[in-house]
Amino acid sequence: MLERPPAITLGIPRLELGGRLLFENFRLRLEAGRWTCLLGPSGVGKTTLLRLLAGLVPGALVITDDGRPLAGRIALMAQQDLLLPWLSVRENVLLGHRLRGTRRARAAELERRADALLARLGLAGRERDLPATLSGGMRQRVALARTLMEERPVVLMDEPFSALDAITRHRLQELAADLLRDRTVLLVTHSPREALRLAHRVLVMGGRPARLREVAPPPGEPPRDPADPALLQREAELLRELLASATLAEETGPCAASARS
Amino acid sequence: MRGLRPLVTAAGLLAAWELLVRLAGLPRYILPGPLAVAQRMLRDGDLLLQHGLTTLLEILLGLVLGTLLGVLAAAALAAFRPLRRWLEPVLVASQAIPVFALAPLLVLWFGYGLASKVAMALLIIFFPVTAAFFEGLRRTDPAWLELARVMDARPLRILLELRVPAALPALAGGLRVAAAVAPIGAVIGEWVGASRGLGFLMLHANARLQVDLVFAALVLLAAMAIALWAAVDRLTARLVYWQRETLTPTSHGERP
Repeated sequence: MLERPPAITLGIPRLELGGRLLFENFRLRLEAGRWTCLLGPSGVGKTTLLRLLAGLVPGALVITDDGRPLAGRIALMAQQDLLLPWLSVRENVLLGHRLRGTRRARAAELERRADALLARLGLAGRERDLPATLSGGMRQRVALARTLMEERPVVLMDEPFSALDAITRHRLQELAADLLRDRTVLLVTHSPREALRLAHRVLVMGGRPARLREVAPPPGEPPRDPADPALLQREAELLRELLASATLAEETGPCAASARS
Repeated sequence: MRGLRPLVTAAGLLAAWELLVRLAGLPRYILPGPLAVAQRMLRDGDLLLQHGLTTLLEILLGLVLGTLLGVLAAAALAAFRPLRRWLEPVLVASQAIPVFALAPLLVLWFGYGLASKVAMALLIIFFPVTAAFFEGLRRTDPAWLELARVMDARPLRILLELRVPAALPALAGGLRVAAAVAPIGAVIGEWVGASRGLGFLMLHANARLQVDLVFAALVLLAAMAIALWAAVDRLTARLVYWQRETLTPTSHGERP
């Protein structure tokens, strides 16, 4: 089964990107088996932070509490579903095994597991279809199945639900919260509501170089009811704060708003 | 009705051509009418078919070999970075050479037979195929490659499972261009030096003022070229089956 998810500490001494100082003496801690949601205005470096954690760009020190490297223990889920259009739904779910060249002897067992996952995500009967025949919400569910199939204890998600309509988003948030329970998750999002709904810890990132500020989530275990008055009140407060900090960020530099998130 | 439209246009053009020839009283050795050409085609059907088959064989061999070499060259360039640095500029510069100018040399080296024409067609096809496939291999969506990296993918697997399939639509485009230019290569080769083939037949008939035979050969060549293009078009549509138009997606994952 899944190995115990590690707690992760990421440190960035100093990082410039395109001539702008994004991080200096920056520290982020992800607690083991918990969801951390990262909020902040576009261009503040949220995606960069996620890529640093994933080891896709150099410049960060990543330490885990079990002392083992993070490489090979991460699954990635992005805003785009990144499904390969020439592979069937099932083959897309098994992409990791396909790319690692997992032995053929395990193929039948893996396919059974992929189909079970797809059934759990409401995609039974679509295993042989091509991604082009699916709706946006279905595609993102396939991407979620592919992420789960990797069985990695750490999951990094970059606005995975932001391109979906409100109802599909709501359902997928619930599914993801349920299926990725007890893993170390970092979710980058633009939506205060999403963060307040799903997070054990909510972090707001802002400024240049970037700083983190922790915001207490509403009481109760995620996924929380989005109609909960406590959550709605927090959302209003958080939105006000984000608006205020966004104005500040615009004043500190003309490029702030145009930079890529 | 829609399928008939081009036929109606073609019939109109042919009628205009026949009318022009009759009204202007043009001699047969300058511009024969379409009826005269059709008569010639029927009368010399065997001759045309014989030379047509030679040309077709040259085109097909050139197409197959040129595609094979082009695909291999593109894959080699994409797989080995140092090779790219050394060869890419040479490859691009070599395209500045008008390949047709090489035809006499090819005939000198490979003789008057099949080989020099195949070589000619191959040379013309090689670059569009190589360029299209290489470009496709190089332009793999970086987000896919990052996903593969996080999945601990093996480099060979990334090439075979990700980059090659992702490059197939570009290759299909290159193959369609190749199918369109391959007949030119074969005919030029035949013009420079041959004893068989439609190009040879046209040159021969031209010199004897058998202009109706020139046109007859031209019609056959055009028909072959169109058929070849249509066949390649269908084959490439199968190659990139996931791009078939019937698969109109209900909604797409937007790529910002």
